[in-house]
Amino acid sequence: METIAMPAINFAAIMPETILSVIAMALLLINVFVPSEQKAYLGYLSLIGIVVTFFTVIGGWGTPQEGFNGSVMQDNFALFFKGIFLVSAALSILISDQYMKREECNHGELYPLILLATCGMMLMASGTDLMTIFLGLELLSVSLYVLAGFQRDSLKSNEAGLKYFLLGAFSTGFLLYGMALIYGATGTTRIAAIASYVAQNSLAGSNLMLLIGMVLMAVGFSFKIAAAPFHMWTPDVYEGAPTPMTAFMSVGPKAAGFAAFVRVFVIALPTLRADWADLLWVLAVLTMTVGNITALYQKNIKRMLAYSSIAHAGYVLVGFVAGNAVGTAGIMFYMLSYAFMNIGAFAIIVLVGKKGEPNNNVEDYAGFGFKHPLLAVCMSIFLFSLAGIPPAAGFIGKFYLFSGAIQAGYIWLAIIGVLNSAASVYYYLRVMVFMYMKDPVEEFDWLKVSPAIALCLIIAVAGVLIPGIVPGYLLELAQKAVLL
Amino acid sequence: MLGAYLPILLLVVISICFGLGALVLSSFVGPKKPSKVKLQPYECGCEPVGSARERFSIKFYLIAMLFILFDIEAVFLYPWSILFKKLGMFGLAEMGVFIAILLVGYIYIWKKGALEWE
Repeated sequence: METIAMPAINFAAIMPETILSVIAMALLLINVFVPSEQKAYLGYLSLIGIVVTFFTVIGGWGTPQEGFNGSVMQDNFALFFKGIFLVSAALSILISDQYMKREECNHGELYPLILLATCGMMLMASGTDLMTIFLGLELLSVSLYVLAGFQRDSLKSNEAGLKYFLLGAFSTGFLLYGMALIYGATGTTRIAAIASYVAQNSLAGSNLMLLIGMVLMAVGFSFKIAAAPFHMWTPDVYEGAPTPMTAFMSVGPKAAGFAAFVRVFVIALPTLRADWADLLWVLAVLTMTVGNITALYQKNIKRMLAYSSIAHAGYVLVGFVAGNAVGTAGIMFYMLSYAFMNIGAFAIIVLVGKKGEPNNNVEDYAGFGFKHPLLAVCMSIFLFSLAGIPPAAGFIGKFYLFSGAIQAGYIWLAIIGVLNSAASVYYYLRVMVFMYMKDPVEEFDWLKVSPAIALCLIIAVAGVLIPGIVPGYLLELAQKAVLL
Repeated sequence: MLGAYLPILLLVVISICFGLGALVLSSFVGPKKPSKVKLQPYECGCEPVGSARERFSIKFYLIAMLFILFDIEAVFLYPWSILFKKLGMFGLAEMGVFIAILLVGYIYIWKKGALEWE
């Protein structure tokens, strides 16, 4: 009797994913067996899990592992992004404990869902097969739909969850259809094999099926990274979702979308570069401009940050269009610093809100700077970094994205990017004007800062300032992770 | 190349013709004696009560969802059991992992009370 030959497995290639999913399942079980008052340590356990996973990610650095018959590839590119996902998951968990207790939706399922979403993001970053990437995307998306609607009593949160689910399912259809067409044109879902098939049969430019497949995949990924004109879901979902989950959603999944987007387009479709670079050029300009101009009009700070996150996706697309080592390293550096500055800003938003009164309007920040000088300084650092003012990390990231575009010859793209960045300063500084130059409308209560949020703020401030002042080490890491 | 699909096309055409033919033939040939009882919608032999367009309890959806989940588990078991000997120890271990993951979900929904009707 012959046995079926098993493909090369290599569990080392999915070590971080395995650890996280085992911990997520353990937490799910602990959650139902432990009485509901003692949920706090689920958060600590998940943080321990994330730290352990982070060490396996660091341990894997420099030794690429291929596994599962070439459908997973854990190289430096994947590892760098895994680091970003773990940082964003850890920071979001740190701010969610206080928020969820305050809003009385302290369900233990939160932590397993965050860990599973992180696991999906990791699969997206290291997937080298369209099917693996799709599976990762689904694991991520399904967890996020639930997290967006996590506040079951809140109408807005329910709306956010349902809207995200419907639009997300629709965009997944586009992505999957694109993948199917590419499979139809090339007969394989391995992204390296797609590239060699397209090159050997010189399909680039002549094969319509391949071209349509590429465009549909671009649509699907653009939805995930919230690029205009596929950004319509972002403000509503970001506003309605529980604030810590908004922080998580605006960073991790966006980075995961970029990781898969870059890997598929750079590795599988390099021969179609001329086509997709033009497409992404238009997307980048639209995304930056729509995001920034709409953000100027927002009164609600969560919506403002939602539009700003659209604009930031546009800046990152600039680095993607550039496609050279500087631009691609810029993408990774920028996503990491974006994780720190954006989640930091959301942590302050969590602190300013109260049960039943989210205090999300810019006016609610009037006089904040005098009552809580330390928190206001933190918020200013995050806003400066988002606006791209030195010495924050956001400046270095933008500098590399735009200089990558200039080196690749996209001068106009860089000019539009810089102009947009200048326009964005207005709405970030407006918050600071309210914090420092207006008298408070009503008296501030003394804010309670839990140790977890304090830790999150310290990490976020360090993560914004240290790479901003001495960017050398992180940039070197990002350059070693470039996929070229 | 398309010629290889000719038997499938024939099968599709014949099955459509057979289905339509049976319907058309019986509507011409069959006797029709409608009565009140015969025209009632069929409800498992019970007397029909009220309109069928009611709101269903969310519990039905929950049960249906859980059923699909664990039904798919069973569907995966069939091909595995056919190839059980060829897959060897590795196949057994992998199926063990698969079942263990589903078991975690099962224990979770059980303890959560999703399987209780009241």
